[in-house]
Order: sequence, then structure tokens, then C-alpha cells
Amino acid sequence: MQTLPVTVTVNGDEHTAEVEPRLLLVHFIRENLGLTGTHIGCDTTSCGACAILYDGKPIKSCTMFAVQANGHDLQTVEGLANGPTLHPIQDGFFQEHGLQCGFCTPGMMMVASALLEQNPAPTDLEIREAISGNLCRCTGYVNIVRSIQHAASAMRAEESVAAD
Amino acid sequence: MATTTTEQLGGYGQSVKRKEDPRFLRGKGTYIDDIKLPGMLYMDIVRSPFAHAKITNITTQPALDIPGVLAVITGKDLDAAGLAWMPTLMSDRQMVLPVDTVMYQMQEVAAVIADSRYAAADGAAAVEVDYEPLEVVVDPFKALQDDAPILRPDREIKSNRIFHWEAGDSAATDKAFAEADVVVEQDMYIPRIHVASIETCGCIAQVDEVSGKLTVWMTTQAPHAIRTVFSLVSGIPETKIRVISPDIGGGFGGKVPVYPGYVIAVVAALTTGKPVKWIEDRSENLQADSFARDYHMKARLAATQDGTIKALDVVTIADHGAFDAAANPSKFPAGLFSIATGSYDLETAHVEVDGVYTNKPPGGVAYRCSFRVTEAVHMIERMVDILADEIGADAAELRFKNFIQPDQFPYKSPTGWEYDSGNYPAALQKALDQIGYQDLLREQQEKRERGELMGIGISTFTEIVGAGPSNTFDILGIKMFDSAEIRIHPTGSAIVRIGVQTQGQGHETTFAQIVADELGLPVDNIIVEHGDTDTAPYGLGTYASRSTPTAGAATAMAARKIRAKAKELAAHLLEVSADDLEWVDHKFQVKGSPGSSKSMAEIAFAAYTNHPQGMEAGLEAVSYYDPPNLTFPFGAYICVVDIDRGTGMVKIRRFLAIDDCGTVINPMIVEGQIHGGLAMGMAPALLEEISYDEHGNIRGGTFMDYLLPTAMETPAWETGRTVTPSPHHPFGAKGVGESATVGAPPAIVNAVVDALSHLGVRHIDIPITPWKVYKILEEHGAAE
Amino acid sequence: MIPGQFSYHAPATLPQAIALLGEHGYDAKILSGGQSLIPLMRFRLAQPAHLVDINRIDGLAYVREEDGALRIGALAREADLDAEPLVHERYPLLADAIAVIADPLVRNLATVCGNVAHADPANDHPAVMLAYRAEVVAEGPSGRRVIPIDDFFVDTFVTALEPNEVLVELRIPAPKPGSGGAYQKLERKVGDYAIAGVAAQIVVGADGLISEAGVALTNVGPMPIRASEAEESLTGRHPNEKTFADAARLASDAADPVTDLRGPADYKRAVTRTLTARALQRAAERALS
Repeated sequence: MQTLPVTVTVNGDEHTAEVEPRLLLVHFIRENLGLTGTHIGCDTTSCGACAILYDGKPIKSCTMFAVQANGHDLQTVEGLANGPTLHPIQDGFFQEHGLQCGFCTPGMMMVASALLEQNPAPTDLEIREAISGNLCRCTGYVNIVRSIQHAASAMRAEESVAAD
Repeated sequence: MATTTTEQLGGYGQSVKRKEDPRFLRGKGTYIDDIKLPGMLYMDIVRSPFAHAKITNITTQPALDIPGVLAVITGKDLDAAGLAWMPTLMSDRQMVLPVDTVMYQMQEVAAVIADSRYAAADGAAAVEVDYEPLEVVVDPFKALQDDAPILRPDREIKSNRIFHWEAGDSAATDKAFAEADVVVEQDMYIPRIHVASIETCGCIAQVDEVSGKLTVWMTTQAPHAIRTVFSLVSGIPETKIRVISPDIGGGFGGKVPVYPGYVIAVVAALTTGKPVKWIEDRSENLQADSFARDYHMKARLAATQDGTIKALDVVTIADHGAFDAAANPSKFPAGLFSIATGSYDLETAHVEVDGVYTNKPPGGVAYRCSFRVTEAVHMIERMVDILADEIGADAAELRFKNFIQPDQFPYKSPTGWEYDSGNYPAALQKALDQIGYQDLLREQQEKRERGELMGIGISTFTEIVGAGPSNTFDILGIKMFDSAEIRIHPTGSAIVRIGVQTQGQGHETTFAQIVADELGLPVDNIIVEHGDTDTAPYGLGTYASRSTPTAGAATAMAARKIRAKAKELAAHLLEVSADDLEWVDHKFQVKGSPGSSKSMAEIAFAAYTNHPQGMEAGLEAVSYYDPPNLTFPFGAYICVVDIDRGTGMVKIRRFLAIDDCGTVINPMIVEGQIHGGLAMGMAPALLEEISYDEHGNIRGGTFMDYLLPTAMETPAWETGRTVTPSPHHPFGAKGVGESATVGAPPAIVNAVVDALSHLGVRHIDIPITPWKVYKILEEHGAAE
Repeated sequence: MIPGQFSYHAPATLPQAIALLGEHGYDAKILSGGQSLIPLMRFRLAQPAHLVDINRIDGLAYVREEDGALRIGALAREADLDAEPLVHERYPLLADAIAVIADPLVRNLATVCGNVAHADPANDHPAVMLAYRAEVVAEGPSGRRVIPIDDFFVDTFVTALEPNEVLVELRIPAPKPGSGGAYQKLERKVGDYAIAGVAAQIVVGADGLISEAGVALTNVGPMPIRASEAEESLTGRHPNEKTFADAARLASDAADPVTDLRGPADYKRAVTRTLTARALQRAAERALS
């Protein structure tokens, strides 16, 4: 059986492992690195529970082999908070009841954080489009949209304070 | 002493932020697949490609030859241990692994145990199974014909009919129909659907090599019931079985049944002596786990010419698949389907249901409503609209005319239920006002003149939840009470353990709020634990919107026991008679002397440091609550749709839900439950369906074809509420989790049918696909 | 679902990739975006013995207008094109299609060239490329060759590419004055393959008449379909409702759908007509704006 070395930066830390080429990136993150906040909800690239940031862009980590990620930068939900301080996205989900069972939440938040990097003042429709590759079975999405708007407002306020 | 503000207390009616959120927000939840034990093995399952077939041979060697594969378990292996079959919750039995015959496509055939997930998958792909196909029965009507093959020869009764069940008054109903001015009739089919919680099912079974104790972490909504069933089947005492339900990624009823995979994993752990993990793939989850609905209904409504509804008659064929593994209370093989008269004051009614075996996975479990209330509500809400169409009445007016009136509660329904409380006209009026019904009717008229298609649909449903009173409700003989245990620590904080289990409903928050309000302790000082049979009091679990009506009530009752003892302690501290004390502003104060009072924190400290001689130390209580009745939440929903004449595509423009679930513990969480329920009402109305071809091949078995709505299909739900407390619940609450899933589908169908009613359309079965609508448009020359 | 085992190769240059493909022939598959291939491998519907990952080859992730054509490199992702103002301004048909392919996360990895090379009749770009009359550039051991799009699709999942060739570039002719295009896709829900999709690209001449037309169909046949009769019917006519309705009927006749979970065949034919009329209408608006 062929194995290959993989070195990735995850949430700022470098990790190296020797893996089978067929190892899915999501299994690498969960099993090899022990970062279980990234979830698995389907086998058809449909649900987005496994969403992470790959060089800053949201992707589905169940639809990439770990070997492909060699040399790349990954961010997972575990890297969102700054120590005890929640990321505005996390706080938005907390304030607006954007999660129930919590299973889709890490993927949703990763997608939302990438969206707000790119578009600090999205419309509700833009938010809905951005999360259209992520399924939630609990919330009916309304509070997820509100959570992301909450975060967007907070981040804009932070920006304007920083600018002053 | 600083006073606690209402907000800090976090009692009833406060939108307390959820205590469970911080771990989920940081990716630190512990779902089943996040648990990893030393030396853990992995299980993968070989499944049948045929819907009905003899197994003539299983060759396991190719799998065993794969590095890392340790064992392959077949039905013959289990049979030798007497474990090839297991009991279902409906007193039927179900194959764990087949000894010689598979009953549905994707049924478990063998299990491969390996030292890694990948090796187990390779092993499952390498097992060779030879089949000899048998005649397949997918149509329940054909299953009931005399020439149909008997699907379950293992049963004493040689028939594919599982049960026949009736409620109501057949003779009176026949008479009412014979005398009626108007009779409307409609066949309806509610297809198979699947809850598809985003987390699939799975477990880890571990046997302690010293004590022999079996611990099973599993995705279950009812850990105690599972422990009892495991004990009964295996003979292992309950002290040596521990079932832990960790964080659950959505349940909706799909995690109530015991699936074969759990049992095989336990067997594998017992035989290998190592922990064994089994996690379903999504395709396995969708194709082999239990399904909901699959109800074929023939409904009739009798009415006077002016629109007074007199009687209802429904005849139903229920497709339960190959094993009756539904999760209904024992005495209710068709669940609570007899709630079918809904929110209307009918003279009489008769409903009957026949359960039937077919070559499909077990049916009749939940899709955010387990007890057939969704089917009943869909039928009656559609029939009222069909009657309105027949006699030319407005759908809202006809409802007002036939509602059970507020002064009729408690109301005895023609099928025997006693509705606890309700105010249906108020809810509908509020919905009509809030959505601007008259304006919408005008808009629809104008659009119709321009050839545009717009529809307005109403649903005024009554739910029935909170099973249930011990005289009628049990599962496998276990009465459907629920429980809570509260322990107050000396410094005024508390731990609450409950017999129900959260899967996202927020129990860790709302149950703390109950204790906060009942005892005057800030919600932040209260922690809630659940889901571990070694520590939590015995309960029947979370499903059927029963947590708040049963365990919520138990929590309040346990708190009140504590309050009773606290009163004695306060009397001791204040040196007055307990009779001179009153509970005001969440503390005990001497009557007429507001300055003289003791808070619960002060009392708790005294319970351990300064209790009177002769009184037991400590401050704790347990309550097992047997509800005197079910609760009957209700609501008025209005849906507005637009239809594309060129494609038949339906777009929900607005959806307003006015709900009444009695006293609200946490408005934020209730609103969230309604939003989620609405999405799970919309999904089967427009998108989701599991069907089978004539060979029993499943259609729609992955997320490519089983269409969970995304944020793009889902409208921005509008909500509102009325509050009509339950008179028999300790703090007036009713269940709410399922309401919207029950109430939403007929509002959507009624809206689509309304948009097409001028073409003579009266009914469309769900899911309302664009091609069903387009066909209607084409037939009536109304397509673009 | 766990894919079967395979050997992984990550060549640094195109010649190396081509050599690997030559060595392993039909046992090898090219891995670019992977968004179609990896799901197939997870279900073990595809079990290639060798994967040749071309993602580490420099210089293939471009999209630029050059020598009268929009050139899309093999590793240009859907999202890369979506972020390119040039695509929105001058190639609205392409931009329309990108916005409705799978979902935003998939589009961050999926490549346009891979979407075409996979030759799935349910994919959206094949019809887009047919409507544009694009060209496919393939590179093999003996160098590059240019394949007209009409010669590219051979059968369901089968193209004119040799096993040792890589689709390195798509070329869409730069729009002439008076050009406009649009893509219309009907889907059961967002992220789904099309029930039916229609790509339309027209040129309206100075005389106000349609001088050129491309109309092609997604997922209504075993291959992407060029609606040739619809195209012919458009040429030389005024871009109006009547013209489009006639073309839409002909496009609908060209569809060859089957009944499946995306609807009955006759429904798909009917909506092909609706979508064609709408795509042409939108294309004309854009051409005339």
C-alpha cells in the first residue's frame, strides 16, 4: 500500500503525517489531527457539514484527498475563536439562536466567515446563496441568516472603530 | 443581599441564550463519531441489492484476506447465539441479520469488523453473497390480495395484514353520511419520507474486561428504553448495561428505533473483546433506516348545504414495510390518527387503519411527528378546503363556522380525545390580520384576471402531544411517564437530571429555566444533565413533542417538592410557622412583612448547615410525572404561493405561522422550533419523497435525489403566537417541536390548489413537483 | 463511503502528466477539481488504479481574453471565472451558467474544463460551449491539437480526448458587436443537476436581424444537444417573441429526454421550450443593451 507524506498548516499550526492516497481530507482532519469539529453528513458532496477553509476559501473536505492538500493552508472551526473570545460569527450564532443540534454549525460558520471577508455587508439573499451548499435540518435557516447579519454588523462596527 | 433581576433569574418567558451553544460553537461538541476509544475497531455493513431474495451462499474469505479485517458476522453466526432476530417496539420482531431471506433492498446481510474504517469498507466490498430473487411486493394494496405471497412466514398469522384498527362510531357516521346534504370525498397519499438528520446513526459498544459491563454510546432519543430492551433480549442485568446518548446531531424520531447495526456492534464488541464503532453512511441512513408516513387515505366529509360539517370517515392503508418497527404506544398501532377531526366540532366520525407488510424497510416511524398526527391533519385540513370549494365558501369563513369554540373546552372529540384548551378563532383571526388576508384576496383576483397564478392556503391544525397518561400509554409495557431529579448544592447552585434527551431542542437551557422560575435560583447556577442511564432518572425519551409536557412537568413537580421543604427551612430560619410564609418574588416571605424573607440560596445553605433537629439534611427531590392528559397545541398558518406557468414551479412567497403552545418557557427557542418545523413541513410538501420501482429498488436514496431544502428554497418564515395555557400541566405548557411540521404541509397544498382552483383543481398529492403542476396547466390550456 | 485504493501521482509539468497517462492508459484518471470524480470514487462507481493530479502543474489556472478568444485554462475554477469582471461583462451566458452549477463550495474547486471533459450530459458547461461554438485544446505526447466543440462529445461520458491527452484549454470566441447570451436552468432545488437547461447565444446585426445563433441543451438527452434547427430558424429574423417561440418549439423537438426523478420526458420537452424562449429573450435584451 502506497503512503505519502502530507504537510498542512491547520489553524496556523503545521502538521505532517504519512497517509494513504485515498484518505479523504475530512478523515485526515478528524482522525489524524483529532479536530472533530468538522463533521460528515453525507456521501454526495451535498450537505456541507465538512466545510473548511482551504487557502481561505470554503470547500467540502469530504471531496478532496488529504494528499491534495499537501502544502496548503486550512482553517477549521477550532481556529475561529481567539482564545476565550468568540469570533463575531460564533457570537452571532449564539445571540441569534443560529444553531440547534449544532451539527451543521461549524460548516455554516466557516462559509459565513469567508463570505464576510469578501462581502462585509451582504443582503439576506447573498447570505442564502452563500450557504446554499450547506444543509441544516433544525433551524429553517431564518436564524442562520440573522446570525450572519448579526456578525456582519459587529464586524463592520469593529472595522469602523479600528478606522477611527 | 443583591436581588436577582428577572433577566438574571431566567425563568418562564425569558429568551435565555442557550447553555449548550458554547461547546458547539467551538467545534467541541461530542457527537458519536467524535468518540475514539483505545483499541477501537470499526464495523461496516454488507447490504442486499435485492428487495426480496433467498440468500444461497455467503463467501467471507475474500474479506478476511484483506489486511486489517478481523471478522465477518453473518445471520447464521447470530442465529447460533439466538440473536438473529430482535423484538420491535410494536411487539413484532425484526431481523438483525437474515439467516436465509432478505426482505428489502439495502437490508443488512453481514458485518465486517476491521481495525480501521477503510479496511472495514474494503472488507464489506469483498464479501460475496449469492441471492435467488423472490417475488417482490411493493404495493400495499397488492399485498392484501389473496394471491400475494406471504412476506412474513415466520408469523403465526399467514397474512400480510399487520393490524386492523378503528376509532369512532361507525353506525352514527354511516347515518350522518346518509342524511347529509353534501358529501365530499378524496383519495390522498402521503409518501414515504425520511427525517435525514444531518448526523446519521451510529454507536460504539464496549465491554469492560474486568467487570463485564457493557457500555453503548449511541445516537438514541430514548436511552433508558434501549437499556431495558437490551437487558430483556440478552439477559444481562440493567446494572451491567450503560447506554449513553452523547450530543445528537438531530433526531426528529429517526433515532428512536433500534437498528440492526447497533445490535451487531454490541455482538462484535462481546465477541472481539474490543470497542467497536459503527457509523452509517448517508446512503445507508436514507435507504435502510425506518421511514415515516406512507399512508393511503380515502376520506369523506358530510356537511349541510350551508357548510356545517357533520361527520368524517377515513379508511387508510398504512405501509409498514417488512417489519412493524414503528414507535407507537402499544395500544395505538396507528398512533394518534384518531385526532383526525382536528379543530372542528363534528357530530361524529369513524376512522380505520390497516397496517400492511411490504418489501420495504420498516415504516411508520417519525418525521418530526411519530404518531400519525401529520397524516390526520393533512387529511382534515385538505378536506375542509375541498368542502369549501364544493359549496363555494371562503376557506377561512368555513373554518370559523366549524371551529370548536373557546367555551367548549375541555372538549370531548367524537373519537374519544379530551382537548385540554384552545382558542381557534383567535389564532385564525390573528393570522388573517397579520398577513393581510383581504388584500391578498384582492391581489389574487387581479392576478387571475391577468392570467397569473397566485394562491393563498390556510391550515388551522390541532396537535396532540405529550404521551402520555399511564392508563392508556405504554411502550412495550413501560408506562409513558417521565422524570426529573434536582439536587440543590449548599451555595445555591443546582444540578438537574432528566429522563428525556436533547437532540437540539435546548433542554439544557429550558429545563434550567423551569427550575430557575420554580425555585428562584439564577439560571446560570443550574446545570442540566441527561442521556446517561447510569446517572439520569428513568425516562421514555424525547420524541412526539413530549419533553416539556412530561419531563418538563416532572421538573416543575420536583422543584415544588423542594420548595415545600424549603418552606419548612425558611420557617425555621425566620422563626415563624410555615403557615405564615408565602412564596413571593421567588422567595419566602413572612405574610404582610416583605422585609422578612429568605431566598432559596439562603435556604439551601441552611439545608446543609443549619437545618432543624429532626429534619433530613440536604435539598433534593425526584419526580416521576404521570400526565393526566395529553396537551393539544394548535395554530393557524397561512401560505402564499406564486406559480410559474412556464415550468409549473411553485414558489412560497410568504408563510405565516401563528402558534399556541400554552405557556412559553423560552420564546427564542420556541421560535426556533417553529422555524425548523416549518422547513420540515415544506420539505415533504414540495421536495422530499422516497419511492420504489416494481422491483423494490429505492428511488431517492442519496442527498442527490432526496431533496432537503436549502436556504434558497426556504422562505423567510413569519411567526406569531397566542397563549392558551394547558389547564392540567403544572405551568401551563404544551409541546411545540412538531407543531409546524404537522401544520405546514396542508397550508402549502391548500395554497397551490387555491392558485389552480379556477381550473377545477381540488387536490394534488405531495410532494407537489413542478411536473405535477405543469401537467394540470397543460390539460387546462393554462401553461405558458 | 470510502474510495478504493489507488496510486497517486502529482506531476509538476504537463509532459510528465501526459507521460503518466500514456503509461497507465485507461487505468488512469486525471484529477483536477475532483468534484465529480471523487463522489464517484466514494461510491466505488469509479475505481481508477492511478490518479494523475494535475493541480500542481503551474500555469493552467488562467482565464484571459487573447487573440480573439476567451481562454480558460485547465485549472481555472468556476469561482475564479465568477470573480473575473471580464466574464460578467462580455460572456454573460458563461457567467449565468457558473452561478447555477452545484453550490458555492463546490465551485471553489470545480474547474470549467473538468466540467466539459467529464462529458456528463447533466453538466452545464457542455451546452454553454456548444452555444458559443467554442474550441477544445488538447495536449498529448505529440503536442497540442484543437478540437471543434461539435466534434468533442462522442457519447455519454465519452469525448474525443485520447487516454493520454489532457484538456488544457477552452476557447470561446470573443463576442462580436451585438452579441448577447443567457443560460436558463430549471432545477428541483439549488445545487441539483438541471431538469433541463438551455444555453443561447445570438448576434444581432446592424440591420436589427439575428445574424448568428447558438442554442444548446443540458440534460435532455444522452449527450449535450445542439438545437441546430432552432439556430437556423433564428438566423435572419427579428429578435422578437414570435421568432423566439418558433425557435423554442424547434429546440423542444431536438430534446431527447428520458423519464426519471427529474420528471417525465414530456415535461422536460415542454420546459425546454419555455427555457429556450426565456434564454433567447434574455440574450436579445443583452445583445441590444
